[in-house]
Amino acid sequence: MANYASGADFRTKLQGWIPKLVLSPSIAMMLVFVYGFIIYTVYLSFTNSKMLPKYDLIGIDNYVRLWGLSTWWTAVTNLAIFASLYIIICTVIGLTLAILLDQKIRGEGMLRPIYLYPMALSFIVTGTAWKWFLDPGIGLENTMHLWGWESFEFNWIKDRNMAIYTIVIAAVWQTSGFVMAMFLAGLRGIDNEILKAAQIDGASNWQLYRRIVIPMLRPAFLSAFVILAHLAVKSYDLVIALTGGGPGRATELPATFMYSYTFTRNQMGTGAASAVIMLMTIAAIMMPYLYAELKEKP
Amino acid sequence: MAAATQDTAVSSGKITRVFIYLVLLLSALFYLLPFFVMVVNSLKPLDEITGGNMMALPQTWTIEPWLKAWSTAQIGVEATGLKPYFLNSILMVVPAVVISTGLGALNGYVLTKWRFRGDTILFGLLLFSCFIPFQIVLIPMATILGKIGLAGSIPGLVLVHVVYGVGFTTLYYRNYYASFPNELVRAAMIDGAGFFRIFWRIMLPVSGPITVVSVIWQFTNVWNDFLFGASFGGQTQPMTVALNNLVQSSTGVKEYNVHFAGAILAALPTLLVYIVAGRYFVRGLMAGSVKG
Repeated sequence: MANYASGADFRTKLQGWIPKLVLSPSIAMMLVFVYGFIIYTVYLSFTNSKMLPKYDLIGIDNYVRLWGLSTWWTAVTNLAIFASLYIIICTVIGLTLAILLDQKIRGEGMLRPIYLYPMALSFIVTGTAWKWFLDPGIGLENTMHLWGWESFEFNWIKDRNMAIYTIVIAAVWQTSGFVMAMFLAGLRGIDNEILKAAQIDGASNWQLYRRIVIPMLRPAFLSAFVILAHLAVKSYDLVIALTGGGPGRATELPATFMYSYTFTRNQMGTGAASAVIMLMTIAAIMMPYLYAELKEKP
Repeated sequence: MAAATQDTAVSSGKITRVFIYLVLLLSALFYLLPFFVMVVNSLKPLDEITGGNMMALPQTWTIEPWLKAWSTAQIGVEATGLKPYFLNSILMVVPAVVISTGLGALNGYVLTKWRFRGDTILFGLLLFSCFIPFQIVLIPMATILGKIGLAGSIPGLVLVHVVYGVGFTTLYYRNYYASFPNELVRAAMIDGAGFFRIFWRIMLPVSGPITVVSVIWQFTNVWNDFLFGASFGGQTQPMTVALNNLVQSSTGVKEYNVHFAGAILAALPTLLVYIVAGRYFVRGLMAGSVKG
C-alpha cells in the first residue's frame, strides 16, 4: 500500500485509485482475451461445433474422437520425438559451446553473435532456408555429388519416416545458440574460488565440470528446459515453412493439426479439444516453474 | 599444462586448445552456412542454381531476383512483389511495439511501486498468458475480430499483438523497477509528487536500457509472427505470410533465387536490429527466462 503524507481527502483517494486504474486496461484485456478465450475454447471443445461455433453440449465426444484419430496420434508421436530430440540436442550443443567458449577464447566476441543470430530470424525464414538446403535435387546432396561423392544420400525431407528429423535439425539450428547464451551466463556467474579450491584438491578438468560446474548450472538447465519445451509444443511456423506437414501427414504436429481441423476441415469441436490438450501440456510445464519464480521474490 | 588463467580456473593443454578452436569454428560454419547459401544464391540467375552447385559463388552476379522479389513477384493471386506486405508489417509493428511497451512500463511501475493486495496473483496470471499456445485463442479471436469489424485489418493485428505482448513487457519492467530504490519514490510522494509525476520525472529517465530490451523483443516477435498474420491478416498480410505464399506457390517455375531474396528481405529488419543492438537482444531473451 502506498503512503500519503498529506493532501485533501478526495485527492488522496484519487491517488489511491490511479495505480489500479492504470493497470486495469491490461488486466481487462488479459481477462477477456486470454482467460475468457480459454474458457470459451474449453466450452467449444464440449460442443458439436463444425464450421461455426454451436453451443449445445455433447459431453466428451470430441476428446474420445480425437484420441481415436490416427492423424492426432501421428501428431502427438511426432511432438514427442521432436520435443525430446530438440530439447536434448539443444542442451548438449548449448552446454558444449558455452563450456568451450568459456576457456578464454580469442575471438569470443565474434563467435557468440554468429551462434546466436538465427534466433533473430523468423521460423518462416529458417524453414525456407533449410527446406532448400536439404532438398536432394539442389541442396546438400547435389553439392556432394558435384564434389565427387557420388554415393552420398540425404533425402530425409522427402522420406516419410525421416522428415520429422529435418524439423529437429532446423529448430536446433535456430535456438541452440540461445541455449548457449543461457549456459554461458550461468558459467560466468560461478565463483572461481570454488573451482580453484577443487583443483588444489587434485580434481581433473573432467571431474571439475562433472562434479562441480554442471551441478551448479541447475537453474540454467531448468530455464533452458522450460523455454525449449514450450517452444516445442508451440512449433507451428517451422513445420509450415519446412515441410507443410508432409510428406503426406508425416510431420504433422498438434499445432498444425489444430489449425487444419478447425479452419480447413471445419471440425471446430475437435480442433478446440486439441487446443485444450496443448494448453494443458504447456500448463503442466510452466505452472510449477512460474509458481516457484513468483514465490521466490514476492 | 598451462598455468591457470584468471578468467577460468580450468586450464588446458595445447592440443586440447587446438581441438577447442576447431570445434568452435566448425560450429560457426554450421550456423553461417544456410544463410551464406541464401545470400549467394539470391545473387545468381536461376539456371546457375538448378544446374550448378549451391556452395559456388555466382558466375554472373545479378540483383534481378531482389528487384523481382521486392516489386513484381507473384504473391498469391497478384504480382505485387513483397513491397506492400513489407509496409503492412511496418504499419503493424510500430504501433504494436509502442503501445505494448508503454503499457508494460506503466504496469511494471504499478506492480513494484504501488503494490496492493493480490498484485502478485495478477502478475502471475499475466505471466502465464505469455506462454499459452495461441491455438487456444484462435477460434474466439477470429469471432471477436469479426464482430468488432477488425478482422483482416492492420488495427486488428495490432490489437492481437498488444494483447499477447503486454505480459512480456510487463515482466521486463517489473523486474527492472524492482531493483529501483523505493525510498526515492517515497521521498517524492512526501514532497507531494503524484503517480504520473513520479513516473515521468523519476522512473522514465532511468528506464533507457530496459526500454531498448522491450522494444527489441517486441519488434522481433511481432515482425516474425506468422500464426496471427496468417489467421487474421486477411488482405493485409504481414511479410512472413507473404513470404510463405511466395515460397509455397505451386504455379509456374520455382524461382529459388527470388525466394531467397524474399527470405532475406523478410529477415533484414530483425537482423539489422540484432547487429546494431545484439547485446540488448540477448539481455531480453535472458530476462524472459532467467531471473535478472
